[in-house]
Amino acid sequence: MNFNLGLIPLLPFLGATVLMLFGRKWTRDTVFVVAALAIGAACFVALDAFFLALPDAGPDGLKDVVMTWIATGDLHIDLAFRMDALSGVMCLVITFIGFLIHVFAAGYMADDPDYARFFAYLNLFCGAMLVLVLGDSLPVLFIGWEGVGLCSYLLIGFWYSSTANADAGKKAFITNRIGDFGFLLGMFLLFQYTGSLSVPEISSAATAGGPLMHTLWLGQPVAFWAALFLFVGAAGKSAQIPLYVWLPDAMAGPTPVSALIHAATMVTAGVYMIARMHAVYLLAPGAMAIVAVVGALTAAFAAIIGFAQNDFKKVLAYSTVSQLGFMFAGVGTANFDAGIFHLVTHAFFKAGLFLCAGSVMHAMSGSGDIRIMGGLRKKLPITHGVFWVCWLAICGIPIFSGFFSKDAIIAGAFSTEIFGHDLEWVGKVVGVLLMLAALGTAFYMSRLYFLVFSGDETRADDKIKHHIHESPPIMTFPLVVLAAGAALVGLIGLPAGLWHHPEQNLLYHQLEPVLKAELEIPHNTEILFMVLSTILAVVGIVLAAVFYRGGYKEPARAFGAQFPGFLRLVQDKFRVDELYDAVLIRPIKSFARGLFTFVDRIIVDKILVEGTGVLVDVFARLARTVQGGDGQRYMAVFAVGVALLVHFATQPTLPFTKLKVTQTGRSVEVDARRGKTPSTRDLEYLFDFGDGRPLVKGKGAEQRHDYDRPGSYTIRVTVKDLAWGTEDGFKEKVEVQ
Amino acid sequence: MAIPTAYYLILSFVLFLIGTTGVLLRRNALIVLMGIELQLNGGNLALLAFARQLGDQKGHVFAFLVIALAAAEAAVGLAILVGLFRSRESVNLDDATMMKR
Repeated sequence: MNFNLGLIPLLPFLGATVLMLFGRKWTRDTVFVVAALAIGAACFVALDAFFLALPDAGPDGLKDVVMTWIATGDLHIDLAFRMDALSGVMCLVITFIGFLIHVFAAGYMADDPDYARFFAYLNLFCGAMLVLVLGDSLPVLFIGWEGVGLCSYLLIGFWYSSTANADAGKKAFITNRIGDFGFLLGMFLLFQYTGSLSVPEISSAATAGGPLMHTLWLGQPVAFWAALFLFVGAAGKSAQIPLYVWLPDAMAGPTPVSALIHAATMVTAGVYMIARMHAVYLLAPGAMAIVAVVGALTAAFAAIIGFAQNDFKKVLAYSTVSQLGFMFAGVGTANFDAGIFHLVTHAFFKAGLFLCAGSVMHAMSGSGDIRIMGGLRKKLPITHGVFWVCWLAICGIPIFSGFFSKDAIIAGAFSTEIFGHDLEWVGKVVGVLLMLAALGTAFYMSRLYFLVFSGDETRADDKIKHHIHESPPIMTFPLVVLAAGAALVGLIGLPAGLWHHPEQNLLYHQLEPVLKAELEIPHNTEILFMVLSTILAVVGIVLAAVFYRGGYKEPARAFGAQFPGFLRLVQDKFRVDELYDAVLIRPIKSFARGLFTFVDRIIVDKILVEGTGVLVDVFARLARTVQGGDGQRYMAVFAVGVALLVHFATQPTLPFTKLKVTQTGRSVEVDARRGKTPSTRDLEYLFDFGDGRPLVKGKGAEQRHDYDRPGSYTIRVTVKDLAWGTEDGFKEKVEVQ
Repeated sequence: MAIPTAYYLILSFVLFLIGTTGVLLRRNALIVLMGIELQLNGGNLALLAFARQLGDQKGHVFAFLVIALAAAEAAVGLAILVGLFRSRESVNLDDATMMKR
């Protein structure tokens, strides 16, 4: 069914273009209205498409072919968009949360001199993200994929006058490029073996098995490698081990950016992409296992780093990495709908948390150091309320959204049967890691909550304390909406196993035709893990309350004093950045420097460039002596030249060294004709056959002679030019038998 | 008995050689001009010798042309020489050069 889907990304792109062209001269209000209108209208169209057009659309969803993009040989790629339940859900999340964050940013960025540029980038990002989720083929998806990467770079380095911010932007971009390389390789493999880049066509090819099951390398099928390469791309974009290092640094950007791009939308693109390509992943349980294990490890690892961070946004950044790990563990255990479910709930509560961070930092005169916060509950009541809801949601307290989605992933990991017999342990290991990560999540989020909001006293100095104030309504309004979402969005994915009625689960019901991989979780398992997760969450919160309620408590200090080395290690984020620096960056840099000094400095600069100059100079010096300006010398050279020319031109014979002698028995034939054409000169030949008989004289160049007895003779021929009187002689030896 | 053509040619060659030597080796512009005259006359003599041998009048015509050319050349050359002498107080060719050595 056709629907004008192109309009959804087009509107934000239009907003971005207009703002970039004219925004500088407009008032802040106009800029904001244009930006918000662009994304708001996109949201409206998305809602229209999802709720009105999609239900009637049939299994293939809505499709919109804008134009033919590439048509060459067998390759035909349309610039086409497709909305099914999966991309529809993503569209709604992006446009809705995007809109809220636009509103928030209007307040947060109110004093920024580059107001228009900020909103232009924000709009551009939304457009690119919508292209990413709506793209009908991998190349179109890749446009969006790169577009969001670009916007991420632009927005991380938004305050580019500080080198640290610009470096963080570059780090994000370069790390993403590494992932994108994997993504491209995966795309190439899929094209080579399925002959198509369109997602539905690849999916149907994958469902049929066929060429994707051919063994490629190391005994693994094509599908495994394609899935693995795509996952490298996803790991780059979604900040998974080992490419997660850029995300914490990305917090250098303005907080609304962190909320929109580095929490709610862009970083979930990897999860979305894997769900989109689930048909390929289902062919390769090995690749699924890698995805799940990497996700679970990231979830646990990032949660541990989150324990000891002292910057509000850094804690949230590692929390995001950790939650993304949950999502990957979800899709990696073939529990795609749970992964997407967690993506949606996470978008709400993490956007809420980040905007709270923005609101708090706004109140704290821009500082994000949680060590100087505390007691903000009374001073920022609305922010506190919102944070409270989102905190409970991310910790996984029942009824709040995060509880359902996280539980769906953990329960799914234990019940999955995708790995078969050989890899059966993967599900269990992933599940245990995720439970540990859930415990860690509850702990570090509660630490953050208690350190920032609990207690009576703010630990900052008087100057900052004096300025603490609740944010204006334009910032608190989106916060409240997000809090409502964080609390209630879980209801769209109530666990099916709980009521024995799958249709109760709205989200799964929607996604089921797209993702097909329905995971049956037994009723008892469901209940068991619900109880277990709740206990873990409560334990984490209580532990954090003991340690940090109302400031750094004695147990926290004692713990730190007990394990100072470990604490330092965690505070330093396990020194992964330093490791990368030593193992990768420095060798590459010194290699580049070596190339520069050898190839550039020596070969190019010295030999090629300067060498050319020297060569020309040497020849010029030589040539200059010839042109001395002395006319008489020129004439002398001229005269000598003419004399030589005349001398050679008037030689009677052309130089040649051999006579042509043909021997038949005792008879020889001598040919003294020179060159290929007979000479037009008047020549006389004198033949001496060397056997004492009279010489033969004549005008003929050929002469025949019979020897009487065997022996060795020397034939001499003398050629005389009768007109000039010059002579030339030649000789040749013959053996006569 | 007629003098053989070769004798004329030898004389012509000698004249030309003397002229060339003058042109190439002397530095006095006047002598150089005289050398050029000798070269032209050497050429003229060869033309006439061949014309006489071949019984063809074209050589004579050509010799007249050369004489006319020589007259023109002498006129222009001497004029330049006078100009040169006025500006340089010298008719030495080495003094006339303006190029770097």
